Amino acid sequence: MATQLLLPSRFEMSALIEIRALNKIYRRGDQQIPVLVDIELDIRRGDYVSLMGPSGSGKSTLLNLIAGIDKPSGGTIYVDGVDIAGISDNELAHWRAHNVGFIFQFYNLMPVLTAFENVELPLLLSDLSKRERRTNVEAVLSMVGLSDRMDHYPNELSGGQQQRVAIARALIMDPMLIVADEPTGDLDRFSADEILKLLQRLNTELGKTIVMVTHDPKCAAQAQRLIHLEKGVLRGSSHAELA
Amino acid sequence: MIGTYLLRLVMKNMWRHQLRTALTVLGITVAIISFGLLRTIVSSWYASAEFSSSARLVTRNAISLTFPLPITYAEKIRQVAGVANVTWANWFGGIYINQHNFFPQFAIHADSYFDIHPEYVLSYEQKKDFMHDRRGCVVGRKIADQYGWKIGDQIPLRGTIYPGIWNFVVRGIYEPGTNKTDASQFLLHWEYLNERVKSVLPSRAESTGLFIVQLADSKQAATVSAAIDSVFHNSLAETRTETQKAFQLGFVAMVDTILIAIQSVAFVVIVIILAVVANTMTMTARERTPEYATLKALGFSVQFVVLLIVGESIMIALTGGALGMLGTFPVAQAFSKATGSMFAVFEVSSSTLWLQLIAAVLVGLLASIIPAWHSARIRIVDGLRAVA
Repeated sequence: MATQLLLPSRFEMSALIEIRALNKIYRRGDQQIPVLVDIELDIRRGDYVSLMGPSGSGKSTLLNLIAGIDKPSGGTIYVDGVDIAGISDNELAHWRAHNVGFIFQFYNLMPVLTAFENVELPLLLSDLSKRERRTNVEAVLSMVGLSDRMDHYPNELSGGQQQRVAIARALIMDPMLIVADEPTGDLDRFSADEILKLLQRLNTELGKTIVMVTHDPKCAAQAQRLIHLEKGVLRGSSHAELA
Repeated sequence: MIGTYLLRLVMKNMWRHQLRTALTVLGITVAIISFGLLRTIVSSWYASAEFSSSARLVTRNAISLTFPLPITYAEKIRQVAGVANVTWANWFGGIYINQHNFFPQFAIHADSYFDIHPEYVLSYEQKKDFMHDRRGCVVGRKIADQYGWKIGDQIPLRGTIYPGIWNFVVRGIYEPGTNKTDASQFLLHWEYLNERVKSVLPSRAESTGLFIVQLADSKQAATVSAAIDSVFHNSLAETRTETQKAFQLGFVAMVDTILIAIQSVAFVVIVIILAVVANTMTMTARERTPEYATLKALGFSVQFVVLLIVGESIMIALTGGALGMLGTFPVAQAFSKATGSMFAVFEVSSSTLWLQLIAAVLVGLLASIIPAWHSARIRIVDGLRAVA
């Protein structure tokens, strides 16, 4: 049975993400394993959504589908009016570059590039000049509090600092959507709190739509909305209490 | 812009595992040097034939090279239409100190030999000294340097075809006219040889192994060859005349199987190093699977990731290739020194360098095909989950 969730947002705006009859099935030999079943979900612009659920519930798969790095087995995903399930791989790569910022659990920075170069990386897909790129990178790194670490390589930074570089990289193209997969999963409590505050600022001050997968209830409570998945099915949602 | 960045990323990635990259580069360097050296050995066998004059013919006994021809043939050959000049040379086959000191020795008709061989550059004074000393000899610069011979030195040779100890005095050292000229010849007077042969081996007197014919027109080689051989048709010593190139290639054909084996080994070396580089690139690409997936997630194309892998592979192969090409020169020089006068000309040719470069690029390209193909195919979500 399809579950439809139309959750209120602080911003009275249209839905940025519209998911209809979404299914994802993994095939292992002759066996078919349903991971997501008939998902119906709207996420509005400026929402800060936490996806929660036990391991294997399909929350990361849903996040990957929303971010356009995986393809559904059925259904549609409209993001800002674009059916990302129906476009070619090249078009999807171009769409991701300009519309989605990624934050991963293990930061996924290029170890041979400095913090500056890592943040600059997505801008290589834009038409900006070298000077414009430098200005933008410096501004974003300043925003995440790493102006003095621009020339440091990832292995010279703490986990929290690396994640802030990753957040700067996610922001550099000014995407409408930021997806975060366990962004604090590899951090100590103090660093995790700093990252959560930063995400909060991105949402409240810059109006970025954030979809975050987390196991941590405290982390999830930072979001405006909690969405629970269980065995690939949306089980409910609630407004989070601010921590 | 993205191309420059790609190149920088390739360069940085290349040295992430310094030991692994250094060992791979070393392996390629050794393989390219081996390839170059083996190719040089093969091309050196052909060198004397490749650079033979097209305006010269060689006439020998039709039965075999070991059978002599009467010296009286010289005048008859000179009468054939299209012949500009004739000289002769006879293989001496002496041993200098021991058998390892090999260099070609010919008893020549001094009056005409240097006229027909202008590539052997000898000063007027030295030529005059040689002409006036029947025990004199002229040696090539290469063997003079190799054995430290100077003008006036006495050179004893132990005869194998012509028994006894033969003492010669160095009267001239000829310089090679081009870098392809054989500078390892030892030339003595045919008259001196003939004089002694008359007393010890009368049956071989007044004869020679080869006549060297200068053509008036190099385009007439086939016609003149046939005409010379027809003169001695049905005689006691029929002749076989061919271009100097064909004559030299006849010697090369004797070791053809060995040359094919050497060439095969040269290519096997490249195949082995291809497997080594392919292994390195497969390990590298597998370790970086999450990074390639991240790049794809950020919006970089599959082609960008493929170019990263192919570029790194080619860069490693080119580094090893360039070092190998540079290393081939001193190794070839050392090899040439070690083998003495075995090769008349032993130098790394431009075609060998091109082959080395092509081999390096091909190794880099082929070694990256499977890892690049695998990285291109892997789904982003699987790549992000991969454990490095």
